[in-house]
Amino acid sequence: MSTSHVSALAHQFDTLEQQKESATLGMWLFLAQEILFFGGLFMAYLLYRFRDPVAFAAGSHELDITLGLVNTVVLIASSLTMALAVRSAQLSRTRQLVQWLGATGLLGLVFLVIKYFEYSAKWHHRLVPGPYFEFPEAAIGDRAEMFFSLYFAMTGMHALHMVVGIALLAWLLVPAARGKFHADYYNPVECFGLYWHFVDIVWIFLFPLLYLIGRHYHAGG
Amino acid sequence: MSHGHVVAVRTYVAVFLALMALTVLTVAAAFVDLGPLNNVVMLGIAILKATLVVLIFMHVKYSTRLIPVVVVGSVFFLVILFVITMSDYLTRGWREIGAP
Repeated sequence: MSTSHVSALAHQFDTLEQQKESATLGMWLFLAQEILFFGGLFMAYLLYRFRDPVAFAAGSHELDITLGLVNTVVLIASSLTMALAVRSAQLSRTRQLVQWLGATGLLGLVFLVIKYFEYSAKWHHRLVPGPYFEFPEAAIGDRAEMFFSLYFAMTGMHALHMVVGIALLAWLLVPAARGKFHADYYNPVECFGLYWHFVDIVWIFLFPLLYLIGRHYHAGG
Repeated sequence: MSHGHVVAVRTYVAVFLALMALTVLTVAAAFVDLGPLNNVVMLGIAILKATLVVLIFMHVKYSTRLIPVVVVGSVFFLVILFVITMSDYLTRGWREIGAP
């Protein structure tokens, strides 16, 4: 065990193990709140999709599967790099930690850039709910608008979590680069990892629920 | 010596590849008409992916028992949200029980 640094044990804990478990538990309690928080949006989605399955399928067909799929791959890859970053911290490998954290942040930025292109395309196609909304199939326009309200609310809230995540990651990079994280103490890295993986999991559900509705109705739709 | 379990790189990579395969599978399945099973398959694959992320990437498999309690507990409350709200909505057309 390296002892070239001041003990990472805070006075209220008996052991480093206990300190680590405490941090992990606290973070998971926050994630429990986040699960219910996003759960509210998923509940709205569940109800309105049940009410208007045809309109939701029509709305979903306007989304670009390729971009959605690329973003899914990007986020899952960023979870891999984040897991490897935590591992680097566990093994006290500072340079490796910084590299994996950097890779995670870059992938997060790629995700947001793609999202930006998706959103601006929606704006141009008049698919943003509001006064300028216009749906190709006018008859189901109102119900399709609800799909897009949920699309923007859910992916928007997710994107906001991505932005916060990237900002936190940038903040985390400073002590990481200074070698503050190592085998005895890497709680901030682990806790940030939990947040990042959670945001990935939200997208894992968003992608099929928003992009893949009723795709078998129109082959090549 | 790390105070947490250090997962092997090959385990992380294996999970990543499994997640990739499941992603491809979910897109492919979306284009096949499975009737009501489409929704089941979509959700089932998403839940499987989330489980892999929770257990391995988020280290829940290697954690103390209290952590899974919190995870399962929050999902439990999420399910209550879905079930009770949908029960309300789905039974709105029913006639009032015991109405004169």
